[in-house]
Order: sequence, then structure tokens, then C-alpha cells
Amino acid sequence: MSNRLFSALIAALVVALWLAGRLVSNEYVFFVGYAVVQYILLATAWNLLGGYAGYINFGTAAFFALGAYIAVAINKLVDLPVPVLILAGGVAAGALGLAMGYLTLKLRGVFFSIATLAMAIVFQAVITNWSFVGGASGAYVLRPNEGPWGGSYVEYLFYLMLSMAGGAVALARIIERSRVGYGLASIRDDELASEASGVPTLRLKVLATVLSGALMGMAGAPLPFYVAYLDPPSAFNLSYAVNTIAMPLVGGTGTWLGPVIGAVLLTAVQQGAMVTISSAANLLLVGLLMVAFITLAPNGIVGLVRGLANRPSTGGNKK
Amino acid sequence: MTNSIGRRAALAGMVGTAAVTQSRLAWAADPIKIGFSIPQSGGLAALGRQALLTMEIWANDVNAKGGMLGRPVQLVTYDDQSNPANVPPIYTKLLDIDKVDLIVTQGTNLTVPAMPIAMQHGKMVLTMLALAINDKFKYPRFFQTMPYGPRGKQSISEGFFDVAMGMNPKPVTVALVGADAEFAKNAVDGAREEAKKHGLKIVYDRTYPPPTVDFGPVIRGIAGTNPDIVYIGSYPVDTSGMVRAARELNFRPKLFGGGMVGTQATTLKADLGEMLNDVVSYELYCPAVADKFPEVEPILKKYQPAAKEKGIDPQGYYVPPFTYATMQILEQAVTGSGGLDQDKLAKYMHATNFKTIVGDVKFGPDGEWDHQRLLWVQFRGLKGQGMEQFTNPSAEVVLHPVEYRTGELRYPLGPGKQ
Amino acid sequence: MPDPIAVANAIAAGVLLGGFYAAVALGIAIAFGLLDIPNLAHPAFVVMGAFAAWQLNSRLALDPVLAGLVMAPPFFVLGLLVYRLYYVCFERRGEAQLQGLAFFFGVLFITEVTLVLTAGADYRSVSASYIGVSLSVGGIILPERMLVPFGVALAMIVLLHQFLVRSFMGRAIQAVAQDEEALRLMGVSPIKVKALAFGLATATAAIAGALLIIVQPVEPSIGRDFIGRAFAAVVLGGMGSLYGTLLASMLLGITESIVSDMWNPSWAPAIAFGFLLPTLALRSSGLLGRRL
Repeated sequence: MSNRLFSALIAALVVALWLAGRLVSNEYVFFVGYAVVQYILLATAWNLLGGYAGYINFGTAAFFALGAYIAVAINKLVDLPVPVLILAGGVAAGALGLAMGYLTLKLRGVFFSIATLAMAIVFQAVITNWSFVGGASGAYVLRPNEGPWGGSYVEYLFYLMLSMAGGAVALARIIERSRVGYGLASIRDDELASEASGVPTLRLKVLATVLSGALMGMAGAPLPFYVAYLDPPSAFNLSYAVNTIAMPLVGGTGTWLGPVIGAVLLTAVQQGAMVTISSAANLLLVGLLMVAFITLAPNGIVGLVRGLANRPSTGGNKK
Repeated sequence: MTNSIGRRAALAGMVGTAAVTQSRLAWAADPIKIGFSIPQSGGLAALGRQALLTMEIWANDVNAKGGMLGRPVQLVTYDDQSNPANVPPIYTKLLDIDKVDLIVTQGTNLTVPAMPIAMQHGKMVLTMLALAINDKFKYPRFFQTMPYGPRGKQSISEGFFDVAMGMNPKPVTVALVGADAEFAKNAVDGAREEAKKHGLKIVYDRTYPPPTVDFGPVIRGIAGTNPDIVYIGSYPVDTSGMVRAARELNFRPKLFGGGMVGTQATTLKADLGEMLNDVVSYELYCPAVADKFPEVEPILKKYQPAAKEKGIDPQGYYVPPFTYATMQILEQAVTGSGGLDQDKLAKYMHATNFKTIVGDVKFGPDGEWDHQRLLWVQFRGLKGQGMEQFTNPSAEVVLHPVEYRTGELRYPLGPGKQ
Repeated sequence: MPDPIAVANAIAAGVLLGGFYAAVALGIAIAFGLLDIPNLAHPAFVVMGAFAAWQLNSRLALDPVLAGLVMAPPFFVLGLLVYRLYYVCFERRGEAQLQGLAFFFGVLFITEVTLVLTAGADYRSVSASYIGVSLSVGGIILPERMLVPFGVALAMIVLLHQFLVRSFMGRAIQAVAQDEEALRLMGVSPIKVKALAFGLATATAAIAGALLIIVQPVEPSIGRDFIGRAFAAVVLGGMGSLYGTLLASMLLGITESIVSDMWNPSWAPAIAFGFLLPTLALRSSGLLGRRL
């Protein structure tokens, strides 16, 4: 399937969901839906660097929170529509990705990951001391009641996020099948050999980091409107970092489909558990699921399905 | 007449963990559903679990007496894991799917996300343990039961500074320090204004990040400025750290204390023990005022055995009394306004002087108490560690407000061991 | 010009704090620094150790340090079991770091939640005769609450270092870090060696946990505050060097202490972590590390 056709299908899906959504009167669908598509976007974004290039970013929170706080900061100065804030968040987070890329991408393996963690912590300290956006006491954001087409505002946020998630998935697929994607894959498999073969590894890694960061920032920008309140502990919450790593892992890191499956599955489980079992056992569930999936299906669900599909039906060659 | 019902209610309260929905009495009418999210995991779980247990006790009490308006009450609640981002979906579910009749909330950053949703549905919001929310929303159907009064931020230091200025000679300098977190920062912001109001010179004004391990350097930094008064806005772990560090470094200003969360928590008090001597902090209720609020003890007697079993605050002086009072207010409002019409409820709430186990409660136009009533206490005569000594009224001397005073401020800060 | 006594006090406090950080980071120095196992769950094990010490202290009036030592053997066994699981699921299949990381993240959550469900969400502390007392040495005040953990941490590190350098098993652990194949060719099972090392790392969590609850009150989720510091100390100090971890921990502690005391506590963690980044950029083998 060509990229153009795929993108068109995604666009059609978004429109179809929009039309279906106009018939839904139950707000809860949009609230949960927001969480799901937010994580599809975050997981897909993370996977560009983590799954495709093999560089594990622990600093998801920094990009996500930056997007959220840029939105708050601009919103305090001038009243702009949310899509503009999202773009601003994306640009800022992309810039952070550029800076982080040049500082840390020369490090290999887990050193890179530790460096991203350090950056997130430094960044949190910076935001906590930035009193214009409320610093430690947090910022309130008053959101309008209605969206531009008459539905509720959260419905509007949901569709914005859905469109972004769709775009990100299409982008992921395009990258996956392009020279950039092959370059990233070669970095993941053996960076030294790749470098030796003339692949511009640093440039590709930085590109992946910038794209990944920008998308995460865009995912963060609507958050203050969704929650109506933003403070550093919730913006930099560990669960964002953990989930964005767990979801591609559970779904499968090699392709665009993995993060989508992982995000839908894990978010649905967490949201469902929150309003049913609803106790400390929620986190336990996430932990157990992560461990179970990773031990039993290390290549994620996608890998599991592929493995089953590729199993030879007759004797075949045995290594 | 009420003996058998009372005993049954007491037993039901002590079992505690039983879901309130399983009522053994036969009811003729549909239950009234009260919906809320509560932190049962994460950083705020300690408070959330106490509140939930108290609400279950209240619900059992109410149902044992015949319910509200002849209908049983049913608590519908979900764990928000102390994460504000979980609050919007929970309240949407409560309102749109579970179709709850009444909403209660708890905690500042766990209430704010619920406000737009509640406001859209026109629901009255009855809140506990939240600070200065309605400044931003200005919602006429919002009510908050923690006795901060109309000037929320300043209330966390107003009484403290009133007491401070009573020292002779008058204090001149003050050090302000607080954790980089919501309540603490608000407390210090208010303290700054109070300090300026009293003409005090601020010689130290800094914050520290919550995961600080060693508070020695912070205390040393403060001590270096030689302040008469030290006002701290802190959370439990840092409260403990600051007090310990101050004692270890033998730092003894004239007055040490402030809006220190954690000095109300039994296990923390017990651990700090004699190190708390002469420290001034705030309480909502303590044994020293038990005779002024005689109805609190029986409720605590129901709470304490169940709390011990669940591993939460075993004495329960901080959260349970005001939580129970909040639910009493709700019950009186529903009964008094004759139904569940949110507009009528709100008007009734604004107009009425409620009688609760923590005394009379009257709401101002902003939905807060019409006056502040934090009790400022000084710890005295503590020996070693252990929680039993805190059941003694003389362990915490009430300094302010005047009508509840049980003693005078002792200053400067004495040595820890006395 | 700041008062020299004040500066000396700040540095002394930082040294003690750093020693404590090193105790927490020690398990990661072994598991990650030597064996390349990214054990993110280690801080949760430390918190578990803290709760264990609390139980022994409150029920049997056992001194917390003693409690930590008593719990070390069961934690050792726990480490053996966790490593077994990790080996069977990941190392044997040659799966890289990513899955291992996620596995340990999962273990971190499971441990934390189990603690909440069993021990409750409240803050816990221990009582010991040395909490609240200070030693005064020439104008420098040393709270015993920090001094005792410092001493124990130092003892642990020195002992472990001697073990690594002098005993057969210790040298086998170093060998497995350098060249696993060669070790196998010499007839030593690398898996047994790694299991032993991981068990040791987890045992240190029991003791570090006891030290933690001496220093401050503990509740189940505070492990997360230490992940950053512990890994930073190991990487900064140089992978594979215990003394490097100690040195780096002290640097972090001293930085936090001086910044808190003399400037603004709010920026202390940022500055401390800010150290990490240029070090990694300029000298990625860390301070005392021998390999990349």
C-alpha cells in the first residue's frame, strides 16, 4: 500500500470518527478517547527514536511538559486558539530535541538514556522555578465550554489529538519505508558498521530526536485544557515516561502498528481498571502486564503475530 | 430508643471496609448516590484513605438512622491515584454514566480538574482540604469546608504571625522557607504578605525541592541570617527533615514553625516526639479542644479501630472530624432544602448556619468559611517518642484563636529534650 | 567572602549525604556498572528494605542497622531469583537493554504497589538512640543520623571492594564484566557468577534501606526520587568502579549541600545533575571508570 493511500485512509478514518462522534452524547467517551489518542501519539513519537533507532529516551516528560507549559505561558499572555498553541509547543519541543540531540547523541546505549533522565530532572527544576507559569503552585487554565462546532470543548480536544495521532502514525509509516528509516534501522542493528558504511548517523539520530520531541510537545500542549490545572509533579509524572516505553514494547517496536496497538491496549486497561477495580491495584496491573508481555512476547504483539504467521506448516528447514 | 440502632451503627462503622452499598436493611426507595474521586494510591493516599473511611462511617450512620429523605445513601468512588489528569474522566463517568446525584471532592489539585465538568452540569461542588480554588472559578455553587476563610493563602499564617507579634520584645526579622509544591508555596506566599503587614524584615526567602534528603544545609542557610521568626511551609517528609535538622544543629530562633503539613499526622508526630517541643504549627482539631467539640470523640472511637486495621493514621485528629462534618453539612442541606435540586441546595448552603461536630459552620459568598478558624498550637512537654502522649490535651497548647486558647506562647525555642 | 566554618560545615554535610547516596547506588554500581543489568527496580528494593527494617525495629526493637544486616541474606536470595527470571527471559535470548529496562520498570511498580497494599500508604520512621543527636568536631556539626549511615555505607563499599579484588568469586565477578566468554572457557559458569553478583547487589538494598529510614521517613513511592541520583552516581563515577561511585556520590552530595546552604536549595538537583551531562560529553568513562 503506498504511503499516499495509507495517509488518505487515516484521514478518512478521522473524518468518519468525527461524524460518528457527532451522534454520541456521552461525554465520557471523549474523555477516555482523549487519553487513548494522546498515548497513541506519545508512543508513536517515542518509537521513532526508541524503536526505529534503538535509542531509549527516558526524558519523555521533558518534551511533553514543555509543550504543556508553552501552552500555559502563551495562554496567559494572549488568547490564541489551541491549534496555534499546539504548533508552538511542537516547535519548542523540537528545539529542545535539537539541543538534547547534539548534547547526548554521541553517547551510546544506556548512557544516552541516563542523560535523557538527567535532562528531564534539570528541566523540571527549571519549570518549578518559573513563577510566570505558576511554578510549584501550578497554573489554572479556564477552558471554554464549547468547541467550534457546538460539541463540548473536550470533544474538540479529542479530535485535535486524534488528527495529530493520525498524522504521526502516517509520518511513522513514511519514515519507516524511506531511506531515513533504513538508516535508523541500520543504526539500531549496528551503529559502528552503519557509520563505517557511510550512513550519516548523527544527522539521522538528531532528525529522529527532533521529530520525536516535537510530536511529544504537541501531545502535551492541549493537556492544560483537558485537566484545567497544571503543576510540575503532574506534568512530569513518571507514568508518562513509563507508559511511552511500555506501549511500543507491548505492541512491537519495529513498525508503526506496534505503538498503536500498545497504546490502545494499555490505555484501555488502565482507564477501565480506574473505574472498576479502582485502587492501588491499578499500578500493579500495569506493572504485571508490562512484565508479562515483555517476558512472554519480547517482540510485542506484532512480533507474536508475525511469529505465528511465519511458523512453517510442514517440516521445513530447521536450523 | 436509639440504643440498638446506635450499637448497630457503631459495629458497622468499626467493620469499615464493607462496601456501603451492601445495606442489610430493606429500602423502599432508590439510593441517593454521592460520587467522588479519592486518592487511594500515590502521594496523597494517606489523606484520601482517611477521608474515605470517615465517609463510609458517616454513610453507615446516616443509613442506620433511616437515610436522607427516606432514601439510603450510596458512595460511588474511584481511585484517582493522586494524579490530576485522572480526575476529568472519573467525574465524567460519575455524572454521565453512574448518574450520581451529589458530588464531593478533596484536595486542591484533585478538585480543580473537576470544576469545569461540575460547572457544566450545574452541580454543586462540596470540597474538603482545598485551598483558594474559587478565586479563579467564582462558582456560586462551590463550597469548601476546611476553615481557611475568605483569605485562603493568608489564613495559613495569619494566626501564626498574630501570636508572633505578641512576643516581648517584638520580633524584627523573619525567615520564610517552603517546599516547591502547591500548598507550601501558597502558605509561604500568604506568610510573605502577613510579614509585610506586620512590618517584619524578611531576611531569608527561599524554597527547596521536595525530594531533598538532608535539610541541614537549608537550616544552616537560614541560621546564617539570624532570624527571630522562622516560618516554614512544608510537607510531611520535609517537615520531619526540617525539625530534625534544626534540633541537630541546635538552631533555636524565638519562634519556629508555620504551615507544616505532617505535624498533624500521628505517625510523624510520634516519630519526632520531643523534637517537636516548642514548635508552633496548625491543627484542625486536637484533644485540647475536645471539651469545646464533644461530638468528635464518639466519631473518632468508630474511626480508630478501623484505621488501625487499614494501616492509616491511627488517631485521626486531622482529616476525620472535618470530613465527617462535611458530610453532615451535605445531609443537612439535602434534608433542609427538601431534595436534590442543585440550585436550591446551593442557596440553602449559602443561607444556613450549619451545626456540625466541629462547631458552627457558615459559608461566605465565595463558598469558603466566612471566617478562618485554624487552630495554632505549640507542642509542649513531649518526652522521647511515641504517639500516646499526643492524646493528652497538654501535649498541644492552643494559642490562637483566642476563644480556644489553652495557654501562652513559650519562647524562644527551647532545647529538644526537656 | 563566606565564613570558612560555614563552608566546612556545608562540605562535611555533603560528604555524609554523599556516603548515604553511595549506599543506595551501590547495588546499581554492581548490577549495572559491572554486569550491565539496568536494574531500575533497585530503589524500590531499597524502600522495601526500609520497610523491613521498620518492621523489625518497631516490633522487636532491633537497631535499624542490625535489622538491615539481618535482612541482607533474604534479600540476597531475592536477588538470585530475580536474576534467574531476568536471565531466562532476556539474557539468554540475547535481547538487548530495552526489554530489560522495561522489565525492571515493571518490577519497580509491582514492588511499590505491593508495599502500599501490605504496609499501608503512611509515612514510617524508626527510633534509634542516635537520631536527633549531633557530634561537634571543631566547629563542624555532624548529626549522628547522617554519620551512622555514612559509616555503614563506607564499610559496605570497602568490604565489597576487598571482596571483588581478593576473593576468587570477587575476581570472577570482575572477570565476567570484562570478558564472559573467556571466563566460560576457564570453566567458571558466568551465569552462577552473575547471579551471585546480583544477589549481592540486592542484599545491599536491605542495608541501604535501613540507612534510608534512619535518614528520613519513608513511604512506598519515594524510591522514584532516587532512581536519577543512583544511576547518575554510577555513570558519573565510572562503570565498574565502586570507589568511583562513592566519589561521584560525594560530589553530588557536596554540590547539593553547598548550593542549598549558600545559594538556593531550589536549584540543587538541577546543578547536581547538570554535572552529569558535561561529564558524559567530555569523559564518558566517568571519573574512575576503566571502560566505556
